[in-house]
Amino acid sequence: MTEILVLVDHVDGAVRKPTLELLTIARRLGEPSAVFLGSGVANATETLGRYGAAKVYVVDAPEIDGFLVAPKAEALAAVAAQASPGAILVTAHSEGKEIAARVAVRLGSGIITDAVDVDADGVASQSVFAGSFLVTAKVTHGTPVIAVKPNAAAPEEAPAAAAVENVTVAFSDAAKGAAITAVAPRAKSGRPELTEAAIVVSGGRGVGSTEGFAVIEALADSLGAAVGASRAATDAGWYPHAFQVGQTGKTVSPQLYIANGISGAIQHRAGMQTSKTIVAVNKDAEAPIFELADYGVVGDLFNVVPQLTDEVARRKA
Amino acid sequence: MKIVVLVKHVPDAASDRSFAADFTVDRAAVDGRISELDEYAVEQALQVVEKSGEGEITYLTMGPADAGDALRKALSMGGDAGVHVVDDGLHGSDALATSMVLAEALKKLEWDLVVCGMSSTDAWMSVVPAMLAERLGVPGLTLAGELTVDGTTVTIRRDGDDASTTIVGSLPALVSVTDQTGEARYPSFKGIMAAKKKPVTTYTLADLGIDAAAVGLGGAWSAVESATKRPPRAAGVVVTDEGDGGVKLAEFLATGKFI
Repeated sequence: MTEILVLVDHVDGAVRKPTLELLTIARRLGEPSAVFLGSGVANATETLGRYGAAKVYVVDAPEIDGFLVAPKAEALAAVAAQASPGAILVTAHSEGKEIAARVAVRLGSGIITDAVDVDADGVASQSVFAGSFLVTAKVTHGTPVIAVKPNAAAPEEAPAAAAVENVTVAFSDAAKGAAITAVAPRAKSGRPELTEAAIVVSGGRGVGSTEGFAVIEALADSLGAAVGASRAATDAGWYPHAFQVGQTGKTVSPQLYIANGISGAIQHRAGMQTSKTIVAVNKDAEAPIFELADYGVVGDLFNVVPQLTDEVARRKA
Repeated sequence: MKIVVLVKHVPDAASDRSFAADFTVDRAAVDGRISELDEYAVEQALQVVEKSGEGEITYLTMGPADAGDALRKALSMGGDAGVHVVDDGLHGSDALATSMVLAEALKKLEWDLVVCGMSSTDAWMSVVPAMLAERLGVPGLTLAGELTVDGTTVTIRRDGDDASTTIVGSLPALVSVTDQTGEARYPSFKGIMAAKKKPVTTYTLADLGIDAAAVGLGGAWSAVESATKRPPRAAGVVVTDEGDGGVKLAEFLATGKFI
């Protein structure tokens, strides 16, 4: 059976959910093998095996975390050269796409990014032009390198051996040109990852201030949701840029998206309009966000949102 | 210091974009402009030169004749010269071919630093900077939210989801910058007039020694099989809050089994 390489996205061996989605998609194409870069594989093998990884290739070297992107690409390309896989899948976040780009150059392979689905024939679906078109595309040369967006599939368990195979890579000098000299971790919110969350509650210009986001966070916490923000809100400094939903921020596709005080400019719509269900609260009845909404409330979010939060708590009690 | 800034001419993101019959982006149907995110790259390059007190900036683009407008726009903001790779054979090139052509063009130019935007506002792949760094074998300091160049040392701050990272490399190097680096300046009237006199060189595929079969639609390593306009979302229910908007919303969410 064709081997399909899946690059593992992890934090010290804690495997992130999009990797489980990739393993699930990989099983449509062949037999998944995980590629684990960095340290902490002992924490990861059980999970990777449970979701179908027959093998786990490990490249554990100081270069992986000491330099930006390039050593990871060399390591993945080295594993690919050894395994001759049918395809390589990576998560389509910024680092994943850069790794995919460099691997495609190294292997002389075609690349597709931002796939929202991949079928058994390797045909990838993409949402383009701010979500207004759905495109299907296929790699026609070399080993397909496909960067897949989070939430492209529901992870399904399919126990496999997860046999660890260590791979030694001789890193080039060129891969060691961009050194990571300091890392300042972000404070953890305790909420789900924005791109992985089933529910996202977002605030925009109408929230008005940093303090105003407390009502957005309270609703998010009552629903177990992630918090997002529009560009207007992040540019104003009311909420950190890392939580921006939109073209220059994150693209989200949750089961439920609740937009509060967001007008729905194209920059924002591009980042959320493939959400399954969209709810909007806005004072302006003419706001374009209502064109997308399955349910909209014209009103002051500072009245509607706290009432909703209380009602959610009451119904859950 | 010699800097090359990459710019791309794209269909205006605010317009109604679509595909041509060959599934390439229909560039004729809508107005084009410099990719908004490339203006941040222009701005950062200008600031590097202004801070160091010396330097030369060349803008490089690849695209049909209209793409020259992106060079003129950048030149009106500042900088010295433009280079335009233009050839009918380039139509339909994928990101791999684009990065190969740009890499060959960069090999003909003198530079210490290449500056790119974080993404184009049409394809949004964000892969060309990484591909270029790979092809050129220079340090790739990508997605900078902040950029400083001191002597031959380049330092960036890259803001990720889990951490903010400081990354250091030596010239020659390639950087890409995000929209967090600071607003781009508007061209002055004087700048617009001056831009008209600045030299723009054109290169063809033959000038770069590239076989036409390696680029364009025929040389692409991936193929679009279909492009379907997404149907508009079905109109939903909009109610006006009369003191019970939150309760009504909860009712809707309960119907959808979200609570």
